[in-house]
Amino acid sequence: MTDWIEIGDINAIPRRGARCVNTPSGKIAVFRTQEDQVFAIENRCPHKHGPLSEGIVHGASVTCPLHNWVFDLATGQAQGADEGSVRTYPIDVIDGRIFMAAEAALVAAE
Amino acid sequence: MTEKLVIIGNGMAPGRALEKLFETDPGRYSVTIFNAEPRVNYDRIMLSPVLSGEKSFEDIIIHGDAWYIEHEIMLYKGHKVVEIDRENRIVRSEQGAMAEYDKLIIATGSVPFIIPVPGHKLAGVLSYRDLDDVHAMMLAAKARGHAVVIGGGLLGLEAAAGLINQGMSVTVLHIAPTLMERQLDPAAGYLLQKELERRGIEVITKANTKEITGTDRVEAVHLDDGTIIKADIVVMAVGIRPNSGLGKEAGLAVNRGIVVNDQMQTSDPAIYALGECAEVGGMCYGLVAPLYQQANIVAAHLGGDHGAAFVPQHTATRLKVTGIDLYSAGDFGEGEDREEIVLRDANAGVYKRLILKDDKIIGAVLYGETADGPWFFDMLKNKTDTREMRDTLIFGQAYQGGSPLDPMAAVAALPDEAEICGCNGVCKGKITGAITAKGLTTLDGVRAHTKASASCGSCTGLVEQLLHATLGDAYNPAAVQPMCPCTEYGHDDVRRLIIAKGLKSIPAVMQELEWKTSCGCAKCRPALNYYLVADWPGEYEDDGQSRFINERVHANIQKDGTYSVVPRMWGGMTNPKELRAIADVADKFQIPAVKVTGGQRIDLLGVKKEDLPGVWADLNAAGMVSGAAYAKGLRTVKTCVGSDWCRFGTQDSTGLGIRLEKFMWGAWTPAKVKLAVSGCPRNCAEATCKDIGVVCVDSGYDIHFAGAAGLDIKPTELLCHADTEDEALEIIVALTQLYREQARYLERIYKWAKRVGTPSILANVVTDRDKRRAYYERFVYAQTFAQIDPWEERVNGKDAHEFAAMAEFGMPVAAE
Repeated sequence: MTDWIEIGDINAIPRRGARCVNTPSGKIAVFRTQEDQVFAIENRCPHKHGPLSEGIVHGASVTCPLHNWVFDLATGQAQGADEGSVRTYPIDVIDGRIFMAAEAALVAAE
Repeated sequence: MTEKLVIIGNGMAPGRALEKLFETDPGRYSVTIFNAEPRVNYDRIMLSPVLSGEKSFEDIIIHGDAWYIEHEIMLYKGHKVVEIDRENRIVRSEQGAMAEYDKLIIATGSVPFIIPVPGHKLAGVLSYRDLDDVHAMMLAAKARGHAVVIGGGLLGLEAAAGLINQGMSVTVLHIAPTLMERQLDPAAGYLLQKELERRGIEVITKANTKEITGTDRVEAVHLDDGTIIKADIVVMAVGIRPNSGLGKEAGLAVNRGIVVNDQMQTSDPAIYALGECAEVGGMCYGLVAPLYQQANIVAAHLGGDHGAAFVPQHTATRLKVTGIDLYSAGDFGEGEDREEIVLRDANAGVYKRLILKDDKIIGAVLYGETADGPWFFDMLKNKTDTREMRDTLIFGQAYQGGSPLDPMAAVAALPDEAEICGCNGVCKGKITGAITAKGLTTLDGVRAHTKASASCGSCTGLVEQLLHATLGDAYNPAAVQPMCPCTEYGHDDVRRLIIAKGLKSIPAVMQELEWKTSCGCAKCRPALNYYLVADWPGEYEDDGQSRFINERVHANIQKDGTYSVVPRMWGGMTNPKELRAIADVADKFQIPAVKVTGGQRIDLLGVKKEDLPGVWADLNAAGMVSGAAYAKGLRTVKTCVGSDWCRFGTQDSTGLGIRLEKFMWGAWTPAKVKLAVSGCPRNCAEATCKDIGVVCVDSGYDIHFAGAAGLDIKPTELLCHADTEDEALEIIVALTQLYREQARYLERIYKWAKRVGTPSILANVVTDRDKRRAYYERFVYAQTFAQIDPWEERVNGKDAHEFAAMAEFGMPVAAE
């Protein structure tokens, strides 16, 4: 049984942008694409720990602002020739309200 | 039926052997590795940059965890093997893990040689072999103090340089009369010693260690001549010996190392020994090139190719200490049948010596200038006859023949281990290998797969030549390089079509020019946004989400995710009120670092993102605006004090600098633009390496442009002379506008000027007064939309979502 916590309205995030949710164990980046899809991933690039929420969002991908690694927002996998992945978190959007699984707050990556 | 391959040791040699084996015989073996170190395979050669703080462990990993998973390798981390049961073909680790094998590779490497002087077991006596040693040294260095390094060879000197970088004072003790005597002749050893001493490292040669003393931990080192040196740590780097104990216990033939034939098989044909623990032809090897050769032979043999055999090769040595260029190869002892060629340049600190026998190079020692090292080494290996070039040989490759040497031939002649990309440590063989194995045809492809040319880019030319040399005519760089994989169009075509088709938004460009992706990528979007901003002032609405983070939040992101804030100081002038406000803001927001920049202003470093609006509000209140230190736009206008104060000043350089900065701030440009104004030809503002620079003279203003002082160093070219300040300003503004309209995104002025040619620039902004005026006026018009302080806008609430978290989970607030 998953508990869902509301984290805010979809319009609080700009299209092709992201915002952070602070948890006791680190930041989770919540992305909104041009097509209003919403994804949540760990806000920390596995390469040099760049804050992915600050990257440029294109399609359902984000480019890390520090050294241009590109991640698929849905799977968390690095794209192209780079190898690595970030944790993803379940998200649900109902009537423009964004919900995140409660355990995400507890198991967020450091 | 897969065969079972077990490897004891997880260093670079077995890593290479596995790579090779998976390439030639994928799926033939199921592999188990026992690694005494609790980690994956990393580049041991790069430990010195880790110690000196120039790289992190992540940078030097060769095979990450994913690689082991992908190849279904069972890796026991931190498992030391204690027994090889040859009868039943089983190995067992200290923790009791067992693995059966059909084939076994022993690759246990070497152990540091510890001189058994009294006190060698005291706490604080370290070796320099693996990452744990590096961590121990870095930890010790935190307490500062004094380090004594015993051993003035390659490893000892790299350790010494690393420790001094970490803030310790260092003494190197070396038993021979000169440093690195196995690789360097005395002259080069002397130059090296002088350079190390200049860096603050004390070097004592002919030093024989008698005793290490201390009660609980090391306190001093005593030499046998009575000298006593205080020490907080002692690093023993006197050499290594093959780690062959396991082979001996298993009853294999062992001398210094585990004895193998030239196919790397031990006295038990099911067992190979590989790397520093192996003794082949009576020799043990420690440098990477012969070990990689051994690895390839083991891989071939495992794959059933029994033809390959180890052939001893010459190896070349480089010292990995930043700023010291040193190269040595072959044999450089003197002898009756040998000749030598020596070149010395005392001022430049250059020493080159070639040793020849029968007109062939047999040894080379280069100090201070080593670019020709690989060329000499190549001739050494190929036994090239040098009679024809004898007179100019020592001057290097560039001086051979009547016409300049074809760079393609030069690059083709480089050995596989020649380093091409210094930033990422990528050698030629890795690049050509990737081109062939992955079918790469573009520079971007090489960057993605090897990282070569992906950092500073200064080796881009070499990489392109390698592409050309490897692919032949299949490589076609002349074809227009598309902006990015989202389109076939190059930058110039996109700029032309934006104007021709009247495209005024990013979606319009993508639609009309048939973009292949739905909303572009991180490469094309910032470029398109700039082109539209520059071409449609007042009509195009800037798209923040297509800007790089720095330009979106008007501050510079730092490696830890904090930001730096640089307010404008017009022409480099400031006053007590501004300085007081900066000091107050640094205190109030606990800003950890305040630095004077190269552009005559002050940088506040380490500002938390959520604090940015508060910092800006206080700076605004003192009259300061954003310095745009993050922008592809006008950065600084550096000035000297000119005729206001200086007894040599010919014009008011400070005044002109301030006027230019106040006129041009806020303008977006294809890449950053830095200006300077010097009050006389002494040029204290260094105007002749800027994008645009003015050198004042008695008769007016010499306007220079297209300088560079970064990745490339290039003096400016003189554009023209202006008689009055007004004329100078008009020309500079027109030049900037021409650049704004013509250049490709991220193309600095010097690159743009080289591409379009100075004559066309002169024609537009100097000789034709009407054209100049038109460019000037277009700039002035665009400025009416650009000169709005972005900090003030954000203090007043613009983009507030950028500076606050969306939600907080749990209490207390997340620690970060």
